[in-house]
Amino acid sequence: MGSHLSTIASVRRLYPYVRPAMPRLVGGLLSALGASLAALAIPRVLQALVEGPLAEGAAAHDLGALVVPVVLVLVLGVAEAGFVLLRRNLVMYPGTRIEAEMRMALFRHLQDLPVAFHDRWPGGQLLSRIMGDLGLLRRWLIFGLLQLVVSAVTIVVGVGILLATAGWLGLVYLAGAVPVTVIAFRFSRRYRVIARLSQDQSGDLATTVEESVHGIRVLKAFGRGRDALESFTGQAEELRQTEMRKAGNQATVTTSLQLIPEVTLAVCLVLGSVLAAQGQITLGDLVAFFLTAAVINGPVIDLGMTLSMTLNARTAVDRFCEVMETPNPLPDPADPVETGPVRGHVRLRDVSFRYEDSAVPVLDHVDLDLPVGTTTALVGLTGSGKSTLAMLVPRIFDVTGGEVLLDGHDVRTMRRHDVRRAVAVAFEDPTLFSASVRDNVLLGVPEDGPDAVPAEERERRLHEAVEVAQAGFVADLPQGVETRIGEEGLSLSGGQRQRLALARAIAARPAVLVLDDPLSALDVATEEAVTSRLREVLDGTTSLVIAHRPSTVALADRVAVLQDGRVTAVGTHRDLLATDAHYRHVISSLEQDWEDADHPDAVTEPDAEPETTAPQAQTEESER
Amino acid sequence: MSRPSAPTTPAPDGPRRPTDADADDATRLDRATSRAVRSRSMRLLGSMLRPRRKALALAGVLVVLSTLGQVAGPWLVSVAIDSAVPDLMDGDARTLTIVGSAYLVAAVAGGLCAGAYVRQAARIAQGVLLDLRRRVFRHTQLLSLEFHESYTSGRIISRQTSDLEALRELLDGGLTGVVSSLMLMIFTGVALFLVDPVSGLVLVVALVPAWLLTRWFQKHSQLFYRQQRTTSARLIVKFVETMTGMRAVQAFRRESTTEAEYHRLGEEYRDANLRIFSVNGRYQPGLVLIGNVAVAAALAVGGWRVYSGALDVGVLVAALLYVKRFFQPIQQLGMFYNSFQSATAALEKVSGLLAEEPTVVEPRRPVALPRARGTLRLQDVTFRYGDGPVVLPDLDLTIPAGQTVALVGTTGAGKSTLAKLVTRFYDASEGRVLLDGVDVRDLSTTDLRRAVVMVTQEAYLFSGSVRENIALGRPGASQEDIEAAARAVGAHEFIMDMPEGYDTDVNKRGGRVSSGQRQLLSFARAFLADPAVLVLDEATSSLDIPGERLVQHGLQTLLADRTAIIIAHRLSTVAIADRVLVMEHGRVVEDGTPADLAAGDGHYAALNAAWQDSLV
Repeated sequence: MGSHLSTIASVRRLYPYVRPAMPRLVGGLLSALGASLAALAIPRVLQALVEGPLAEGAAAHDLGALVVPVVLVLVLGVAEAGFVLLRRNLVMYPGTRIEAEMRMALFRHLQDLPVAFHDRWPGGQLLSRIMGDLGLLRRWLIFGLLQLVVSAVTIVVGVGILLATAGWLGLVYLAGAVPVTVIAFRFSRRYRVIARLSQDQSGDLATTVEESVHGIRVLKAFGRGRDALESFTGQAEELRQTEMRKAGNQATVTTSLQLIPEVTLAVCLVLGSVLAAQGQITLGDLVAFFLTAAVINGPVIDLGMTLSMTLNARTAVDRFCEVMETPNPLPDPADPVETGPVRGHVRLRDVSFRYEDSAVPVLDHVDLDLPVGTTTALVGLTGSGKSTLAMLVPRIFDVTGGEVLLDGHDVRTMRRHDVRRAVAVAFEDPTLFSASVRDNVLLGVPEDGPDAVPAEERERRLHEAVEVAQAGFVADLPQGVETRIGEEGLSLSGGQRQRLALARAIAARPAVLVLDDPLSALDVATEEAVTSRLREVLDGTTSLVIAHRPSTVALADRVAVLQDGRVTAVGTHRDLLATDAHYRHVISSLEQDWEDADHPDAVTEPDAEPETTAPQAQTEESER
Repeated sequence: MSRPSAPTTPAPDGPRRPTDADADDATRLDRATSRAVRSRSMRLLGSMLRPRRKALALAGVLVVLSTLGQVAGPWLVSVAIDSAVPDLMDGDARTLTIVGSAYLVAAVAGGLCAGAYVRQAARIAQGVLLDLRRRVFRHTQLLSLEFHESYTSGRIISRQTSDLEALRELLDGGLTGVVSSLMLMIFTGVALFLVDPVSGLVLVVALVPAWLLTRWFQKHSQLFYRQQRTTSARLIVKFVETMTGMRAVQAFRRESTTEAEYHRLGEEYRDANLRIFSVNGRYQPGLVLIGNVAVAAALAVGGWRVYSGALDVGVLVAALLYVKRFFQPIQQLGMFYNSFQSATAALEKVSGLLAEEPTVVEPRRPVALPRARGTLRLQDVTFRYGDGPVVLPDLDLTIPAGQTVALVGTTGAGKSTLAKLVTRFYDASEGRVLLDGVDVRDLSTTDLRRAVVMVTQEAYLFSGSVRENIALGRPGASQEDIEAAARAVGAHEFIMDMPEGYDTDVNKRGGRVSSGQRQLLSFARAFLADPAVLVLDEATSSLDIPGERLVQHGLQTLLADRTAIIIAHRLSTVAIADRVLVMEHGRVVEDGTPADLAAGDGHYAALNAAWQDSLV
């Protein structure tokens, strides 16, 4: 009975989306019922005709008696068509509306969920939910739901009529319904499990497709197309087998749903003929019985189809809800702090961070202070947690210990939008969207809304940002800054994309700027040009720059060294080079030289420079 | 319909592709194109069904038998009423026994055949679907990079997911429904003619408006179904893009804007669906109306004939049952027709993708090159993207086997283009690229890819373990080899730091493997592949200095006995080269050893000086 309860649960989950459409759905349902009642009434008229005018009137040649039933059949026929028209038109709006609204709700929720969620969920599974599952649901709402109700009502009313008018024959027919019901229930239970498996496997297949398309360059470069095809075929074959199991179940239920009622009818035919011969029922009764049974038979045979459609829709709702009901672990606080204009003082206090599925913390009690207007380079080995640390400031991730303070407020007490308005990021993988260069660069400069920026100012920022990031190449694009780029447009080289991502961060004019290895893909000449202009822009903006190279470090006033999840030193480039062996190892291509006789005492130099302080000391210093 | 010869936009630098106004997305096609598209998709369908002729024939027999079983019912009922009951009244039970047994046999046989048909239809449908999935997947893999860059990944994904899904829906259930409904109608019609030809004529008259209505429906719905496929593809493209770029969306507070765009596309999709339903919503009641009027007409005509004594009541009942039954499957048919039309539109799109010819084609009679030495020669090579301006003008270059060549130059100088020609991601517009004296166009993909491997800046990881990702370089490699490759490029340490070492699922950590680490993994891949020619296109840009140092060490061993082309803006990588080529506007302007060039007064010397400055 657990399955029953969860059916109710599925309905309850669906209800909020369905509620606004209830009047129309109910209207559609009533029209559908009207249509099937009209359909059921037609055999009654025919029966009356066979019993009355045709039996008696034939002798009397009373044509007038024929007119009434014919007109009645015509009226009922038109009524049925009218009801079908009404039902169709009533149901199609809510059907598509509900789908569209659920799709938007899912999309909104997905955008609200943190990046950690998206790292975990393969894209194909989300895609198959938002397109495949919701499409299934739409079709069920428009066809399946009503079909199910109409079938049920037709069967119940029809059997009722049979019981009322045909006595024993009706009982025999009803007896046939018992195994049908049992089989239908058992089918549902089994089918649901397979339906779920099939939908999940479809999602996995979609993921494989997505990866094979996104990773096409790698597959081509290594000539691995055939291997990819093989593993894809394996998955598709698995799906095929699941589908075949589904079909096997459907075949069984189709056989039962067609065979049992028809066998019952065979029994009824013999019994009815005997009864009629004995004069216990009239010939008219027998005719009406079979006419009514014919009306019931259609829905019974289709029951298998209707049921599987319903079960698929239920699975779709479950899959939809799985994502919808994933709570957001980084919600906006109930009572957010209103900060007003942000000055840009960032402070990490005793910050620890551990990824959900990992036992080892990436950041381990980190203290770091970024005073207003300063530029700090964050240096450390690949995988030391630099990017993670940078993501904590705009709340792409939230700390698992300690706190990140922006102007003295814990960022978790602020609205995410407020934090992100103050903090702009240029990611190490520059993501461009299918939009014009202008829209891509001005991504963080709102056109409307409460903090809209006037058109002239937007224009100014666009040009300034493009100029600083040395992205002058955009002027040479076919339509200049209006050229569509990204997935759906012109493809740019890695260096070009990186410069646009940098321009985007600059154009946002944030109080805090986070640049994740912003110059890695640039050639030396461009890098130099960007560095000198960028320094001017960074002047007065609190910036955190992740750096792998001295040329990038050159942007910063000071350097923080991250090692094994801790900030081990803070100081100027020159001082750290002299005093910190790890720093030298990480940043200097000339490490060999340093370790050579030129600077034999570099590492051991005891009191190097006042700037080179422990992080704790640095924190205090910043309080001044 | 072939993809339009893309209006390629001129490329100031870097590879360019057309801003695609994608004619494939057009929904309103002129008559000739529409017919061509139809026949193309029908040809595809034909090619899938032809090898399954026998299975289809069996399915046909099964569906006919099961329909016969259903159709026999009303006729047997009429016999029972007209003959068996009177006979029974006369004390003769034989007729009833025969009729009763016949009904039973029909019921059992019909039911069994119906079930067998469902299974058989599923076997065919799933077979077709698997074939088609494979075909589309394989074809997509074969298509040149040029195509991928203009068609966009989102659209390819939608062809392989939602379009094939539409087809699956038809095949799974829909087709069974269409076929059995049609069969039921045909048989019912025939049975009606056998029982009472006059009522049959009534039906024929009723078929005229039904046919006209169907024509109207077809004409209108086709357009809307195409629209549905196109709008759904757009929705998918937007979705994939947003989910892939979620970091940027959130960091720049673009949620509401993206939402508005997605909403707009969603509404377009909904509109298309709504139009379909609304056309459907008029078609179906129309058919019901026609059916019911036909029943009334048959009743009037039949009743009159019964009056005049020309017809038995039992026959009239059977005739009326048949007329009613004839129109009953139409309800179902409407629903299936929906998925049929949707699938046809999808098939049009899929067949369009399959009709794309790869511009880089596998040779018909490949020259075998089982063991390449790695001599590269570019002979009078000219290259342009599509109809764009020339990117490489008349380049002539020989790279002896075993030489490590560094390509230096500003963005857009043609370095990456050269790399793509050598690796045959693109073919030269004019001239030839020779590997060991063989035109690369004459080599089989297997031989070429074994000999030449490229590592690019975007180090893509597939879901699966770290081990599987490295093993991509050489499937079936042993754990020792994989580890040795990882050690050689300095990736072993961080891999061992992961929760499950080489078995760690990158999908779980994929978002967290830093781009430097990803580059190391793709280096390990190349190391494992062990090619004669290795092309590195900005493959070290995200490495940190210690990482680069390690790779550098690894490279020296790795490159010792093979040909290498290295594109890097960091001259540290260039230092290990035997030879430097400075490129500008597609031409080689300097050519020499790093030391010689550094000592000179050309571009390289200037770059080298700047780079030395940037080191501290």
